[in-house]
Amino acid sequence: MTLALETTDLKVRLRLAEDWFTVCDLSTLIPGRGVAALLPDGRQAAVFADRTGRLYAIDNRDPFTGAAVLSRGLTGTHQGRPFVASPLLKQRFDLESGRCLDDETVRVTAYEVKAA
Amino acid sequence: MTATPGASPTILLVGHGMVGQRFLEAIARRGLTATHRVVVLCEEPRPAYDRVQLTSYFSGRTPEELSLTDREFLDTHGIELYLGDPAEAVDREARTVTARSGRVFGYDVLVLATGSYPFVPPVPNKDATGCFVYRTIEDLLAIEEYARSTATTGAVVGGGLLGLEAAGALKGLGLDAHIVEFAPRLMPVQVDEGGGAALLRTIEDMGLSVHTGVGTQEIVVGEDGAVTGMKLSDGSELATDMVVFSAGVRPRDQLARDCGLAVGERGGITVDERCRTVTDPHVFAIGECALAADGRVYGLVAPGYEQAETAAAAIAADGTDEMTFTGADLSTKLKLLGVDVASFGDAHGAGGDCLNVVYSDSRAGLYKKLVVGRDGTLLGGILVGDAEAYGTLKAFTGSVPPVPPESLVLPAGAGAPAQLGPAALPDDAIICSCNNVTKGTIRGAVTEHRCTTVPEVKKCTKAGTTCGSCVKVLGQLVTAELEASGVEVDKGLCGCFAQTREELYEIVHALRITSYRDLLDRYGRETARGGDGCEVCKPAVGSIIASLAPAIGASTYVLDDEQAALQDTNDHFLANLQKNGSYSVVPRIPGGEIAPEKLIVIGEIARDFGLYTKITGGQRIDMFGARVEQLPLIWTRLVDAGFESGHAYGKSLRTVKSCVGQTWCRYGVQDSVRMAIDLELRYRGLRSPHKLKSAVSGCQRECAEARSKDFGVIATASGWNLYVGGNGGATPRHADLLAQDLSDAELVRLIDRFLMFYIRTADRLERTSAWLERIPGGLDHVRDVVVHDSLGICDELEELMAAHVSHYRDEWAETVNDPEKLARFVSFVNAPDTPDPVVAFVPERDQIKPDLPLLTIGLRPADDALEGSATR
Repeated sequence: MTLALETTDLKVRLRLAEDWFTVCDLSTLIPGRGVAALLPDGRQAAVFADRTGRLYAIDNRDPFTGAAVLSRGLTGTHQGRPFVASPLLKQRFDLESGRCLDDETVRVTAYEVKAA
Repeated sequence: MTATPGASPTILLVGHGMVGQRFLEAIARRGLTATHRVVVLCEEPRPAYDRVQLTSYFSGRTPEELSLTDREFLDTHGIELYLGDPAEAVDREARTVTARSGRVFGYDVLVLATGSYPFVPPVPNKDATGCFVYRTIEDLLAIEEYARSTATTGAVVGGGLLGLEAAGALKGLGLDAHIVEFAPRLMPVQVDEGGGAALLRTIEDMGLSVHTGVGTQEIVVGEDGAVTGMKLSDGSELATDMVVFSAGVRPRDQLARDCGLAVGERGGITVDERCRTVTDPHVFAIGECALAADGRVYGLVAPGYEQAETAAAAIAADGTDEMTFTGADLSTKLKLLGVDVASFGDAHGAGGDCLNVVYSDSRAGLYKKLVVGRDGTLLGGILVGDAEAYGTLKAFTGSVPPVPPESLVLPAGAGAPAQLGPAALPDDAIICSCNNVTKGTIRGAVTEHRCTTVPEVKKCTKAGTTCGSCVKVLGQLVTAELEASGVEVDKGLCGCFAQTREELYEIVHALRITSYRDLLDRYGRETARGGDGCEVCKPAVGSIIASLAPAIGASTYVLDDEQAALQDTNDHFLANLQKNGSYSVVPRIPGGEIAPEKLIVIGEIARDFGLYTKITGGQRIDMFGARVEQLPLIWTRLVDAGFESGHAYGKSLRTVKSCVGQTWCRYGVQDSVRMAIDLELRYRGLRSPHKLKSAVSGCQRECAEARSKDFGVIATASGWNLYVGGNGGATPRHADLLAQDLSDAELVRLIDRFLMFYIRTADRLERTSAWLERIPGGLDHVRDVVVHDSLGICDELEELMAAHVSHYRDEWAETVNDPEKLARFVSFVNAPDTPDPVVAFVPERDQIKPDLPLLTIGLRPADDALEGSATR
């Protein structure tokens, strides 16, 4: 019986092309708070967990300011969908699609993410 | 010297007071300023100001704030205003006016708005040094100067409206104040015997000495010619260092007399129903200098405004309306020394054949009288001590109210007082009598002009912009109208909570809720329960929990457990996020006082980490450009050197600025630095609806700029004055005086209560200035609550603050000693030692500045960001 052991060892993994890239231990994530991960190509991802434990990942770069800060925004639920609000100028981004809720012409990359 | 009139006809206005200014606005509105040359001669050295609010100068309103006009208005309409240059002679034949400067102006229409002058009884030595009148800003400046430099006792001759205001001002200046009134009661014109008795009790309770039924026979002077006392008609002598005459006013009609215009027996330039002088069709008279067609001189601003409009209509003669002035309502509502006094309609039952309905409680200083006709018509009334119902009652005057009159004057709780709201008023009821605005107009502002707030309605209709006594009724009308037109006013905090911040505070406090999720799932909107909330309510609830932490058993450390997820990034990293993703660091420097050793530590840290340093407006030092992983290293050194968090990142107390005060400054009267340090250490870390700023000045010169702060303290010779609700920034507001001459302990206790009451009742991100403007009753209500404990909550407010003070811990000391918390301070969770490459700097003026990344919004191809994958 290795179930308990596996739970504590769960890793947050991000899909990059064909590979799953390991970000951190699942236990590192605080629900409602993000972390930033440095990707092999130099890009950055912002990774979040909601209160139910669901994981999300989008590009960390705030397209409105150019600063890599989306992981430090506050998350929430808007019409049933999860979002993060940029800590700089407060634009909100859908965590599943990367779409900006306040400017439909803007979108950031969204990543597939899982705990495994 | 003659000023050559241009080709266009000239309107010459003599006098730029409230009524004169209103006349200018009226002719501008009618387009007369475009077709006429408009010249204004003004005796005072400043343009029109709000004389009704004159006394508010002593509670901190500046002459600039009292001003009723500005350069832009005058320039836009091409109005030539000559300040300090009164008209000295009128030649009606030549149609010219000669000013004191010698300038001569021709006119086609002359409008006299010369106002009135204070009546000074012809007693010996009435012009001695130390004798003043109470009429202009210059008078007030002179009184203030003399009171501060020379006097300890002051007497006011006249117990009417202005006399009481003057006496209150003298008391506020620290003098023993006396009121000498010839009539047997105070405010003899407005109130009757019963009202006078209620007023007397309240005024005496405030520490003013009242002498009624006695006249002034002589001003007694010393060898140097300055006032030492006054002899009264009952044979007694009153020792006093200064005398302020406030025994009524007389129309200023000398200019008119000199040029042969008809004046009344008791003064006043005789005019007809259109405000034209009966002597000369080219000359008009308006305001307090005019004897109206009904044979009266009106000393109130509302009739004056009506006369200004009437004269403008007559001059325009465009046939659009035939305005006439045949008399006016003398209703008034005042707040005198904190006491409500109102009279309206036929307050003395002069019309005969009427009944009085009286409620009187002299212990509570309450007196209310309604004058009712035989058929039940409300004819008028007097309210002393509580004029809450004034707006409604006045509007019902002349009609039969839908409820029995006695129910309108009984206090709440006695019997079943009628809740007669303004909704019951007819549309033609006048709500704002200063500006003659009816209920129908106000309703129209909401329904037709789509105003949804009181400030919008004020701007749209001018209602409530002069004396302000109708603003409460205005608020009720706007709310009622919005509800009636189906506009649902959602006062909820955000999409997650239907409650206001104040309501959430009460829920959290009463039920000791320490978890945001718990609050959301139990009290959130149905649609929001079980969700993740939003960026609006999370920090707001986080702040409420932090403010109440000791009382509800929550952790006082904002990064503990679930609380950490509620904090904005600034609070989460205990530093201020800057535009490129770096942070700035501000250690606390209480009162702005810092020893050289500590200054050196800050300098060394800034140098070692390559930070940009700047002195802040709050007398401390901001270090910019720290990457998130540098924050713990910086703070370890700061904490070791004895610094603690400055909370520059929090919606909490920032700094308490100070001047050097008595210790060094030759003018200082108290130790302002010590007080600033004490206050800053007491309230440090206090989470509140918005940031809080404070300052302490060591004397009235106010070098610490305390009156631009949320709570500002200014030293007096005998203690401290506490000002609240100040603000700098985009909407500057001078703080209002809350209480004066406080001891150290009284000061701290009042601030404790004030801050906790603010934290309890303010909206999210509502500074104290906006809060004071919004809450019903404004400053007076706040004073009632925190000074007089009208809600009985002061003990609780003090306990909450005491708990905050005793539970305070330095967040940064706590954080640098907690390895688990420190692990969060990394740029990358998977590469803790790698700095964020986006955070880069370039040199500027021997320091660094952010090297900003290029923005690519709008340039990025649409297919570059595919959902769910990253292909490059």
